[in-house]
Amino acid sequence: MIEIRVQEADFDMSAEMLALSRDDFAAGALASFVGLVRSEGEVLAMTLEHYPGMTEKALAEIAEEAKRRWPIRRVCIVHRIGRLLPGERIVFVGVTAGHRHDAFAACEFLMDYLKTRAPFWKKEYTRAGERWVEARLSDDEAASRWRLDG
Amino acid sequence: MVIKVLYFASLREAIGMPMEIVPLPSGVTTVGALLALLAERHPELLTTKNLRCAVNQTMATKETGIADGDEVAFFPPVTGG
Repeated sequence: MIEIRVQEADFDMSAEMLALSRDDFAAGALASFVGLVRSEGEVLAMTLEHYPGMTEKALAEIAEEAKRRWPIRRVCIVHRIGRLLPGERIVFVGVTAGHRHDAFAACEFLMDYLKTRAPFWKKEYTRAGERWVEARLSDDEAASRWRLDG
Repeated sequence: MVIKVLYFASLREAIGMPMEIVPLPSGVTTVGALLALLAERHPELLTTKNLRCAVNQTMATKETGIADGDEVAFFPPVTGG
């Protein structure tokens, strides 16, 4: 089971995790990640733009790829768009599996791939003005760790 | 033959529009050829660092073919998550 949602509204971390594990007694592990709007004082707000249609497709493909690589059971990805304030939740990724190592690995893989393949763009608002967040080389390196062709 | 071209994020702002319908001259059959054509009006396409492209909502390269009715998007590297 794969659930993908792109929404302006906040999500309830606890409700997402409960839904992932509900009525599935073969799942012995649930790993999750929540990304937050970070500000060390300078960033006052952020907006997230995306490519409607492609976003959902790209996230579903990333989840399918994780299912091919690990014996995982359920995947849930919720990504917010629109205007967000420091401390607010941006993204939820949750994975269930029979055992913890598969759940941990798949969860990290999903985030690394999402960071480099899902069409979202962040813009930060500071007292000095607004700026598009630049992609980090370290994100590409993190994603390339999972390449199968070496 | 026409295609729909989309721009996102900093590229959308620099070009000043989110979308345009572009008639294709015969001979323009790849993303690379389309890019050269569009860059005559939008030089920002050539100055965007690590420009990315998608054809019909799937990541593509300059060699990817394009056909009548396709949706082609250009954008800077993604920064979600």
